[in-house]
Amino acid sequence: MSMSSETIVLPPSVSTRSAASRLGDLPMIPIIILAVIAFMAIFADVLAPHNPEVGALTARFKPPFWQTGGTMDHILGTDQLGRDVLSRLIFGARVSMVVGFTAVIFAGVVGTVLGILAGYLGGWADQVIMRITDAWLALPALTFAIFLAAIVGPSMWNIVIILGLVYWTRYARVVRGEVLSLKEREFVRLAIVAGCSKATIMRRHILPNVVNSAIVLATLMLGVVIVTEASLSFLGVGVPPPKPAWGLMLSDGKQGLMVGYWWLTVLPGCCIMLMVLSANLLGDWLRVKLDPQLRQL
Amino acid sequence: MKQFVTRRLGYSLLSLLVLSLTIFFFVRVTGDPAALLVEPGASEDDIAAIHHKFGLDKPLWAQYGLFMMSLLRGDFGQSFYYQTPVLDLYFDRLPNSLLLALVAMAFSLAVGIPTGILAAVRVGRFWDSAGKLFALLGLSLPSFFVGLVLILLFSVYLGWLPSSGSGGVLHILMPAFALGWYFAAAHMRLTRSSMLEVLGSEYVKLARLKGLPQSWVIGKHAFKNALIPVVTLAGINLVLMINVAVVVETVFAWPGVGRLLYEGISFRDFPVVQGIVIMGGTMIVVVNLLVDVVYAVIDPRIRLEK
Repeated sequence: MSMSSETIVLPPSVSTRSAASRLGDLPMIPIIILAVIAFMAIFADVLAPHNPEVGALTARFKPPFWQTGGTMDHILGTDQLGRDVLSRLIFGARVSMVVGFTAVIFAGVVGTVLGILAGYLGGWADQVIMRITDAWLALPALTFAIFLAAIVGPSMWNIVIILGLVYWTRYARVVRGEVLSLKEREFVRLAIVAGCSKATIMRRHILPNVVNSAIVLATLMLGVVIVTEASLSFLGVGVPPPKPAWGLMLSDGKQGLMVGYWWLTVLPGCCIMLMVLSANLLGDWLRVKLDPQLRQL
Repeated sequence: MKQFVTRRLGYSLLSLLVLSLTIFFFVRVTGDPAALLVEPGASEDDIAAIHHKFGLDKPLWAQYGLFMMSLLRGDFGQSFYYQTPVLDLYFDRLPNSLLLALVAMAFSLAVGIPTGILAAVRVGRFWDSAGKLFALLGLSLPSFFVGLVLILLFSVYLGWLPSSGSGGVLHILMPAFALGWYFAAAHMRLTRSSMLEVLGSEYVKLARLKGLPQSWVIGKHAFKNALIPVVTLAGINLVLMINVAVVVETVFAWPGVGRLLYEGISFRDFPVVQGIVIMGGTMIVVVNLLVDVVYAVIDPRIRLEK
């Protein structure tokens, strides 16, 4: 009897379990956090209660509303120029998102293309590209970025270019390694026999096979890039004021730290932390899902 | 062996050459490098003097030759702000950076190795998950945020530790923690995976079969071998710490190389920035070379590889 009841119950239970596990498998927390930050970034103009770059000097260093002296007008308080912290955090999400994503994509495209060229063409192209990659990897990323920023001067788009220049080497290394093994595979040899040109093989046969790794790496790099951007802004060579960047807010907040104006550092710091944490969690999850080779690393 | 060292040395020299070309290229590509090399507001004569000194009127390859010659002589230029040679400034600050890096390293190993072993021995259970969470937090919390929160807690609210500067033992605690935090997570991850690998090996199984107690197997047999990659990484990371401490040293006003770099940025003191980048890259290339050579000495499989 128990057997028969089991056989009846089993099929639906299997299907619901797999559906539930598939959904439960998605790392919901990081996705929600990133979605909220993306939402803030897109609708910053509507969401922010105040202008993030203009403040009233009469309303400086107001604490968040739950502390004495705080008002509902400035829910999360104001900074040293009387600017609304909440509005700056919301607009700061836009800076982090734009810089983070464009820099990761820029670095990813450059690194993937050069990695494929180096791996597939071999010879002198490989030598030149990989020697540059090795040398650039030896430079500590933040120091290299500071050096470049000191040369070109601070602006948001310069930061994107600098981060791209600093981080493409990571992609090139990984992608080249994959291409080296891919090009020995049957389907590539058959493509050669079929008379495909090198460009076609790289585009149609190699590229689709390395895209997964590049995407995993990009997700993991997102956190690194955002921390680097915040560090550059913190050091004064990143996004120039008065644009609201989280790293810049932390740097400004340092002044008020010793008198206990905690919200000026803790709040933007938490935003950076949440975003980086989410990107890392998502990246780890993607790595396990998409790329069995990277999993072992 | 000799062949391996020669080839490896060749690669390192090539890397250094590419590095110097990179730095040379980026300084020249953005327009007149004299604008970077003279103090803001310098007169026409000063700029002309710089042009002459660095041979900026000569062809590019000759300029590169001059640039390399001065680097090889140890002439990294003069700091605008301090009016002293960049290299002197650098070596003045280096001991402080080294001290900070050593304390941070001690902290990161003291935390990373035991937690890594615990996570590996209890793989898949509570301590493993706790370790994973710790590693994730370590890799996700930017060091400046850790530093500022530490100041807020221990200097502002509790008043236990000085918020900045150097001098006493107390001064180094917070910067070393902020700097070592990230590396503790990295060391924990590596200890865990290395320990797992060793625990699955034949001789550990044999030790278990012999009926040795668990603590003996782990402490005596597995631990030593699992530690080799961790010690290697720690050696590389020590050099890395000196070169990535800029943010932590800025937060805590610690007078190391990183702080010098920050001063270089704030005072628009370009020779200082350039000098620190060159020194940092060189140091890392040299350490990588040393690690590879030492490994080849220890392990014949590496040097016999093509």
